[in-house]
Amino acid sequence: MWRSSIGKKIIMAGTGLIWIGYLLLHMYGNLKVFAGQEAFNHYAESLRTLGEPMVGHGHALLLARVVLTLTLVAHIWAAVALTRIAQQARPVGYAKFRPASGNYATVTMRWGGLALGLFILYHLAHLTWNVRVLTGAYEPGNTFDKLVVGFNNPVNVVLYLLALMAVGFHLWHGGASFFQTMGWRIAASRQWIRVLTGSLAVAIPVGFAVVPLAVAAGWVA
Amino acid sequence: MKLHLRVWRQTSAEDRGRFEDYELDDVSPDSSFLEMLDLLNEQLLEQRKMPVAFDHDCREGICGMCGLMVDGMAHGPIPGHTVCQLHMRHFKDGDRIVIEPWRVAAFPVVQDLVVDRGSFDRILQHGGFISFATGTAPEANSILIPKDRADTAMDAATCIGCGACAAACPNGSATLFTAAKVGHLGHLPQGQPERYQRVVGMVDQMDAEGFGGCTNVGACTSVCPKEIGQDFISQMNRDYRRAMLGGAGD
Repeated sequence: MWRSSIGKKIIMAGTGLIWIGYLLLHMYGNLKVFAGQEAFNHYAESLRTLGEPMVGHGHALLLARVVLTLTLVAHIWAAVALTRIAQQARPVGYAKFRPASGNYATVTMRWGGLALGLFILYHLAHLTWNVRVLTGAYEPGNTFDKLVVGFNNPVNVVLYLLALMAVGFHLWHGGASFFQTMGWRIAASRQWIRVLTGSLAVAIPVGFAVVPLAVAAGWVA
Repeated sequence: MKLHLRVWRQTSAEDRGRFEDYELDDVSPDSSFLEMLDLLNEQLLEQRKMPVAFDHDCREGICGMCGLMVDGMAHGPIPGHTVCQLHMRHFKDGDRIVIEPWRVAAFPVVQDLVVDRGSFDRILQHGGFISFATGTAPEANSILIPKDRADTAMDAATCIGCGACAAACPNGSATLFTAAKVGHLGHLPQGQPERYQRVVGMVDQMDAEGFGGCTNVGACTSVCPKEIGQDFISQMNRDYRRAMLGGAGD
């Protein structure tokens, strides 16, 4: 199945859906920052103790990381394969070409996706691998402090907000494409798919953006 | 009206090809785009030059033979038209018009503006039919088909296989063509026995011909002279998924 173009698109749709689910959970966790330092740090610790005692310490987190890494690799593999097929399908371009359809979201899917991949590496370097240049001086073991100190650096805030814009565009076209690829977008469902994916493409970036903005504004300190 | 044409010239499949510029005078606004090219060819013949080769047949917008990239748009700037039904009244005196063949690897250029769309025929050979004991025409009412179903199948069946969808697609994908052919038979009772074999056979052949994948941009529908909708692509994706991942038995 993975050999066919539609099979690769189904892989992109399925892995994309897992990442949308992850983004919603991640956003929910981030918003706990408004509940205060203690609640947020407690939440951060609970990610490691999740499922105990049935699940070993940190194992649920490890499983999540493995699933996210594998799905991201599969998503990127399918995207690269489809891009190469598309390039080979038109080796000689047009001297004059006016796109008959499309919008900012459709034309930025590939480059926006690449930008998001790079942002994920930077984001991990900052908050998971704790690279000193990015984190600044924070109290070790205090996740809340790491977040606040990190977002007091305007470079981190600007990069974060730019990445959220890319997320919004990626979700706008990717979300609708999910339904089209799975074969669920027909005339009867077109309108609610537009509303649903449009809402997600706005709600997810906004839900993430309020955290660094609140820190930068000094509301969370 | 007077026109400045920039036309792709290529003597054979092996030739690298090049653009040539032509000036054309006294073009009637009531002539079609192809009649304008006829006029150009008469002028070229008078100058003892090779006329521009281009495909055409019915010139009524129903056969699917013609197809040109007119100023960067498949079949020109008017939606829902083949280039034979595009009239020069949509252009202005003194316009510069770039005319190119479809640029898709699976449509190799034969000469000038003529491309070989045999890849579409081969996709059809991999499932665009029903197996049926032929004989005298059956009684029309022996298989009842709801009106909306028949209409949907007819919407798909209006595809004339001109290739504009693949030509306008940023990925050079033949998905709309294949989806129309899959959907045309897939919506009718007669097409059910081979429904899932058909979609797998045709999609695999579409890939094997070197067409690109669909990214759901919708350029194909925008340029399609028959305005075939994106729903057929969704339905083809659904049938392909069922054939591959189960659910094809219902």
